[in-house]
Amino acid sequence: MTFPRFRPVAERALLVEFAETPDPAAEAAVAALDRALAAAPFAGFAEAVPAYVSLLVAFDPLTTDHATAEAALRALLTHPAEAASRAQVHEVPVCYDGQDLPEVAARTGLAPNAVIAAHLQGRYRVVMYGFAPGYAYLAGVPAALHLPRKPSALRDIPAGSVLIAGPQCLVSTLTMPTGWWIIGRSPVRILTGDPVHPFLFDAGDSVRFRRIGTL
Amino acid sequence: MIARLRIVDAGPLASVQDGGRPGLMRFGVPQSGPMDRLAFAMANAALGNPDGTAALEIPPAGLVLDCLSGALSVALAGGGFRATCAGVTREGAGVFPLRAGDRLALRPGDWGNWAVLALAGRLGVPSWLGSAATHAASGLGAGLLQPGTELEVTDTALRPERHGPFDPPPRPDGHLRVVIGPQQRFFAPEAMQALLSQPFRVSAARDRMGQRLDGPRLLPNALDMPSEPVLRGSVQVSGDGVATVLMADHQTTGGYPKIATVIGPDLDALAQMRPDEVLHFTAIRPDQAVRTARAIHEARMTRLAALAGPRDLGQRLAQANLIGGVVDARG
Repeated sequence: MTFPRFRPVAERALLVEFAETPDPAAEAAVAALDRALAAAPFAGFAEAVPAYVSLLVAFDPLTTDHATAEAALRALLTHPAEAASRAQVHEVPVCYDGQDLPEVAARTGLAPNAVIAAHLQGRYRVVMYGFAPGYAYLAGVPAALHLPRKPSALRDIPAGSVLIAGPQCLVSTLTMPTGWWIIGRSPVRILTGDPVHPFLFDAGDSVRFRRIGTL
Repeated sequence: MIARLRIVDAGPLASVQDGGRPGLMRFGVPQSGPMDRLAFAMANAALGNPDGTAALEIPPAGLVLDCLSGALSVALAGGGFRATCAGVTREGAGVFPLRAGDRLALRPGDWGNWAVLALAGRLGVPSWLGSAATHAASGLGAGLLQPGTELEVTDTALRPERHGPFDPPPRPDGHLRVVIGPQQRFFAPEAMQALLSQPFRVSAARDRMGQRLDGPRLLPNALDMPSEPVLRGSVQVSGDGVATVLMADHQTTGGYPKIATVIGPDLDALAQMRPDEVLHFTAIRPDQAVRTARAIHEARMTRLAALAGPRDLGQRLAQANLIGGVVDARG
């Protein structure tokens, strides 16, 4: 089947799929359509939600419908993608004292300091938000640190925890359960509390981590 | 005028809700808002409030509050709750006064899970990202209501011309319309057939994020899918084949395949179904879903306009008859 695919979702959205499994081309295609849509929304457009291989485009069913929305999106796809001019680079401080650091070291066969060095060398992209408010999924964990998530989640992991699983990393914003590996803590606030810019990152931004000794 | 209310007793998930915060799913934030949006709109309309005015969402176990000072009209709509106030017990939807010294007890009745208590006044509660709607898992927004919580209501009014019962939202009939997908490719034809031909039961495992269903196992033939965005109404299926319908406080993305998505207007009825009640899914095409949503919206607007209109006794009686004819907007 050829991509992109347009899949109707209930009475009020289309899921535009660019690939079956994550790859950089699909990620770039999602970001390009997301930007094009933000620059030129169609009548009745409600919101767009980017993810690894797909963009959810929600609309007001009182104003438009799936066929009209699909036609508008196909027209946007034929335009050359606007450069990612809005993308920002963020530096996020991390204190690498996470409770799972020794086990991550053991499972990857690296010394704890080598785990930290590898994590610091990663170049991370904000692919999407999900799970809970402000949970930004960062792609770009170096292959040496790829571990499957734990078989079961730990409860009540505090906000600000720096977590990894597979190629993904995130800094938690709420006290929530997680099955990801806790390698450190960060003072950064992704839910900024600023009413004008309530979220630190947008999808498409880049992140680098910087080591700090204490919080 | 100002009124002060104090929560005396509250079941889990009692909260303040308003119209919610749409448009933020790209930041991991669901819209939230009332579990039964029709009941919420009706309660506000019955008081003559602007649509989306913050109200109290009464959870399945009910809520008791004291009016410490002031006086205001309140409207109750939703499941068949019993409201006892100042020695009078009322069944079902209605508008009535709440005065200093009154204790209002809202107890579950013979159907439904949620009710909305709308207030003639403005709730002084924290808002987050422009909305007081409580995201229950995080407590963001106005927050959950606990025993001891005090609420200040400003610009209160008594609207005696609006006092009295009104026709409640219809009871759920157990039929939910879905559009198949978007991850139908993860399911064998047998699973799809089971979804559309076999009964499901509402499970006791539910909260403001999701409603689990008991029924046939809809085993996905693969689990390895990247996280994809979801909507309120998504029917997501976990690895063991159990279906969960995502509700008001849903996660915004999920790594489980979604076999189908319940259309928006049918979700109020699902929210009001009690554990063990039986439901069936019916598949409709996307264009039918759009037409259905438009027709239901139009019927609801007519009904809400009638409820919100100016009142005197003659009008109320006439209206009760009028509304009786268009009551089944939901079905």
